[in-house]
Amino acid sequence: MEDNAPKRSTPWIWGLLLPYIALLWLPFYNAREPSLAGFPFFYWYQFAWVPLTSFLIYLVYRVTK
Amino acid sequence: MSTDTINWTALIVFILFFLLVTVLGFVAARWRAGDMSQLHEWGLGGRRFGTIITWFLVGGDFYTAYTVIAVPALVYAVGAYGFFALPYTIVVYPLVFLVMPRLWAVCHRHQYVTGADFVHGRYGSAWLALAVALTGLLATMPYIALQLVGMQVVIGGLGIGGEGFRGDIPLIIAFVVLAVYTYSSGLRAPAMIAFVKDVMIYIVVIAAVAVIPMQLGGYGAVFDAADKAFQAKGGATGILLQPGQFVPFATLALGSAFAAFMYPHTMTGVLSSSSGDVVRKNAMLLPAYTILLGLIAMLGYMAIAAGISVKSNTAVVPALFLKIFPDWFVGFSFAAIAIGALVPAAIMSIGAANLFTRNIWRVFVNPNITPAAEAATAKLASLVVKFGALIFIVALPTQYAIDLQLLGGVWILQTFPAIVLGLYQTRLRPSALLFGWAVGMVAGTVMAYQMGLKPVYPLAFGGTVYPVYIGVLAGALNLVVSAVASPLFGMLGVGEGSDATQPGDFLLSQAK
Repeated sequence: MEDNAPKRSTPWIWGLLLPYIALLWLPFYNAREPSLAGFPFFYWYQFAWVPLTSFLIYLVYRVTK
Repeated sequence: MSTDTINWTALIVFILFFLLVTVLGFVAARWRAGDMSQLHEWGLGGRRFGTIITWFLVGGDFYTAYTVIAVPALVYAVGAYGFFALPYTIVVYPLVFLVMPRLWAVCHRHQYVTGADFVHGRYGSAWLALAVALTGLLATMPYIALQLVGMQVVIGGLGIGGEGFRGDIPLIIAFVVLAVYTYSSGLRAPAMIAFVKDVMIYIVVIAAVAVIPMQLGGYGAVFDAADKAFQAKGGATGILLQPGQFVPFATLALGSAFAAFMYPHTMTGVLSSSSGDVVRKNAMLLPAYTILLGLIAMLGYMAIAAGISVKSNTAVVPALFLKIFPDWFVGFSFAAIAIGALVPAAIMSIGAANLFTRNIWRVFVNPNITPAAEAATAKLASLVVKFGALIFIVALPTQYAIDLQLLGGVWILQTFPAIVLGLYQTRLRPSALLFGWAVGMVAGTVMAYQMGLKPVYPLAFGGTVYPVYIGVLAGALNLVVSAVASPLFGMLGVGEGSDATQPGDFLLSQAK
């Protein structure tokens, strides 16, 4: 178990908290502007966090593999 | 029902696709054939599903047909608030990435088939395992019933639904077919059908989000139309949230994310994968479905812009498709939704059957059960569960299933402390966890009833009232009670339980 412990406790793991902060604090994004391709900010911001979250998970996956 | 209301072209396309997946469902038994007299072969597909199959399976299982109907219906009715489904299905994945590989590893090592199996092994308490199993069954039943609602809605859209028992006949036929191939093929059937279903759903949604806004003047025009409609409607609606909706929006998203992979069907999807690495990769890849879900939610706004008006909000998506698409594509898209109901309904009934067999029947009724009898019991239980859901939908008002599914989310969250804390070093006493579970179940149910079965409860804090998702409140109460009671029970010397696991069992590198 010991030889696995360092790999598990990478500081990158804290990066996985970012989607929670970004999406659960509504004042960050409950706005119409700037809009993008007709989508108010509220919507494209949420959509943008989908690939961002995948990417953050990918980073931690690479580091802890 | 009269024949002139039937959309024949759509109906024929619909039936063709339905026949295709029925054949697939039966063929699936021979796919990577295993010994079907073993529960882990029937109920977990032999734990052999790789990254791609797991992606389709969990995707088809987590983003259900009812979602395709209900999320746009909510967005159509209230606007931005309905989009909590998006943060929910984003923040769920870091949690899945961190927690579920540990669950997979320990279940693989000890041949656990259910979450309650793990709880039994980790805490040595059949009663805590029973609590987890019963909660899973209770939360899953209305969820299966709701898949039927999804199917009912599209069958109605084809013009062959209608009132009374005769109107339910198509639904009953579809469900009998589902029950028979789940019985014979087990988890392999939904795994194979999920592939077809997901490809179909992707085609439908991509066509919808490309074609519909063009007809309506672009996305800007769609949002403007929705904005105007909500301003005319007033109340807690709009294309942006009102400040009073921030807390319920965020707590619903967070609580739903915590609940999501505690359900028997999602857990079954995770446990059927061939390695912990498959689970980790899927946490990265499954968010693709969240993009799809966001686009599906947009259908609610498109329906407003297209001037759709319906008696019941659940009819919004079929009504929109009927108005915009040619008949043959209506048939295709309705088939996608109906098949989309079969996949989760099958996995849910399998997950529930596994729980019943492993954690109720084997432990409390027949401890000397042979592996073959265990698999046979599970097959039978899957039939009972499905027909229970069918009777529920045919005999009782749909609203009962919707209300119970809401309560189901609150209930399933109460299994989170026992399962997830148990995956880490913090091993609370099983007696304390059982006590915390009971408090959470009662408190959550009472709060929901007081609120007339609405998901949020007004919590007064520092002079301000915040409406918070009841699942989060009950779950927090459960956690606090469990954590406080554990050392107290320890001092009294009760309910220590026993632990069949080793710390290394949770690590992927040792689960070979």
